[in-house]
Amino acid sequence: MNTAMKNPKSFIESFELYAPKLATKEEFFVGGHRACQGCGEALAIRLMCKALGKDTVITNATGCMEVISSVYPTTAWRLPWIHVAFPNSAAVGSGVEAGLTALRRKGKIADRRIKSVAIGGDGGTMDIGFQALSGAMERGHDMLYVCFDNEAYMNTGIQRSSGTPFLASTTTAPAGKVVPGNQVWKKNLAEIMVAHNVPYVATACQSYPIDFMNKVKKAHKVKGPSYIHCFVTCPTGWRTPSDTCIKLGRLALETGIFPLYEVEDGKYRMTVEVPEKRRPVQDYLKGQGRFRHLTPEQIQVIQERVDIEWETLMIKMRCSRSKEELRAPRAK
Amino acid sequence: MGKRVGMEVAIASAEAAALCKFDVASVYPITPQSHVAEHLSDIVADGRVDASFITVESEHSALSSAMGASATGARVVTATSSQGLLFMGEVMPITSAMRLPIVMIIANRAVSGPINIWNDHSDIMPMRDTGWISFFADNGQEVVDMVIQAFKVGEDRRVMLPVNVNMDGFQLTHVVEPIIMPDQEEVDRFLPPYKPYAALHPDNCVSMGTLGMPEFYTEAQKSKDVALVNSIKVVCEVWKEWEQQFGRKYEPIQTYRTEDAEIALVTMGSMGETAEIAVDELRREGVKVGLLKIKLWRPFPFDDLKKAIKGIKVLAVTDRACSFGGPGGPVFSEIRSALYDVPKKPKVVNYLIGLGGRDVSVENFMDMVRRAAKGKLKEPYEFYGVRG
Repeated sequence: MNTAMKNPKSFIESFELYAPKLATKEEFFVGGHRACQGCGEALAIRLMCKALGKDTVITNATGCMEVISSVYPTTAWRLPWIHVAFPNSAAVGSGVEAGLTALRRKGKIADRRIKSVAIGGDGGTMDIGFQALSGAMERGHDMLYVCFDNEAYMNTGIQRSSGTPFLASTTTAPAGKVVPGNQVWKKNLAEIMVAHNVPYVATACQSYPIDFMNKVKKAHKVKGPSYIHCFVTCPTGWRTPSDTCIKLGRLALETGIFPLYEVEDGKYRMTVEVPEKRRPVQDYLKGQGRFRHLTPEQIQVIQERVDIEWETLMIKMRCSRSKEELRAPRAK
Repeated sequence: MGKRVGMEVAIASAEAAALCKFDVASVYPITPQSHVAEHLSDIVADGRVDASFITVESEHSALSSAMGASATGARVVTATSSQGLLFMGEVMPITSAMRLPIVMIIANRAVSGPINIWNDHSDIMPMRDTGWISFFADNGQEVVDMVIQAFKVGEDRRVMLPVNVNMDGFQLTHVVEPIIMPDQEEVDRFLPPYKPYAALHPDNCVSMGTLGMPEFYTEAQKSKDVALVNSIKVVCEVWKEWEQQFGRKYEPIQTYRTEDAEIALVTMGSMGETAEIAVDELRREGVKVGLLKIKLWRPFPFDDLKKAIKGIKVLAVTDRACSFGGPGGPVFSEIRSALYDVPKKPKVVNYLIGLGGRDVSVENFMDMVRRAAKGKLKEPYEFYGVRG
């Protein structure tokens, strides 16, 4: 048990003292919504909105967040918000940007920058909304897209997506007697966004709130497209206790399964340090119902793959150069 | 008062949108709509309209981004055809539910398969129940006029609905016609700037597209239906205003030589003009024939239909789309159902014509009338001129 839990009163007092300096106290995604207890995604959205501030328009893909936050006639949003359908959050968001830009240029609305931010889950982003995302990023709209990746179609009942990790059990990739869960490795969407020449790409996690909010602020400043892939825990879909939400995000980082980094103008940089000796993946996998069927051999296969991916990332950390750096020698 | 020009109709439709000073165009090219897409982008690239042109990667995204832009309060135009329209199908009922007055120019084309790029109405018919207002144009002049009228109707506070303007692919889109292009000043006088009811802006925070539980969903559907039904009043009002200002008359169902007619053809779209010639020919032969041209498909003009069929004994309805395994073509089943409660109703027969661009001649229409008059028709509908 940590100090805060032992003495909640002093924790709250110190929260009042320090927290406002780190993040605004103003809430743009407010309580009363219907998210599950311990939902990492709802927490991440609240943090994202704090980092974005008032001058934002949110476009939300169909999914848990739209369902839990907008049951008519209520809304949890204190930002202008629109939901249209499942595959088109990036497209709608690009239209919001185009509309605001045209109206501002023509003097039909006040002359100030309002950021279009589109959000979606892993299904709405990596699968059915992938084409719309690719198009919006490629077209260079001044917009941010944040994918909240909880690694399956949680809203429809934990079906597999291309974000589902290898061997995880889902309702459409179940751990059966013959097939032990999802048979392919997770798609790396952040890398695909880097390949789109998006000026700012980052990975984030709700368990590292300051890191996430800093990245959102950085992405907000970019005049052009930016993409954040936010790893979020889902107690319902992962079959984990609600109070492990933050812990699981930290373990994902400490095992090297989901490292937190940013790619600015093509240059990679680690933003949260991972211990020199990474924890074994076993520490992350154990205790999650979706991985409970794994044998030690299967865990070893996952460990080896994580090691390879880690090394691949490290090479990029060491060797990548921003376009600015690459331009410099020629100029001389 | 406008300038008479010779212009390709697809290009003229884009010019009409330019006269409406759209803020955003979001279009994905598809044959035979592509000249609309190209010309809209020309207009923006040349700075003739201060607007954003979104070069989307699909029709689904074309309508989606159009919705995003419209939700910020922008005047938005899009255009599509055939498979593209079907691809927009997921988004279309949401556009009308969110009451976003987007105008869509549709170059009607057959739906695959087999793949076919030529004209019929099998693309718009599956979209009939998506809650959009649907105009059908006979010729290039009507396309231009209807695009401008569409913005005025859709943006009217009593309506607030998206509108599609249907023009037949190739038969209209790729044909150079004499068209009177209204002056900018005249259009400005006719079409006021768009004032959205609600817009996405931090100064007035709204949530759009929220979740409707069973206790609200029915009410949401009824409100859309009421809006559509009531919009016919505004459509007619706008058409009256158009007639006063521009001198060209529009009615939901335009009748041609029906005064003493005993038999009448029913058409929708560009074939109306061919049918007119057939009517003239038959009249010369002494056949008491007339023509009903449907200009407003949704909301369906039930009262106008009932007025138009007075005294008519046989109604030969032409359809340019099939309802497979159904009661006949969509226009036919609509009309037959509309007349069910009318005490003195005509016999209604159905010809499926001009599918996938098959030519329909004046002689064909004359033949249809003669056979319908004799009651010689395969029941309940006939694929006209089909082999086998």
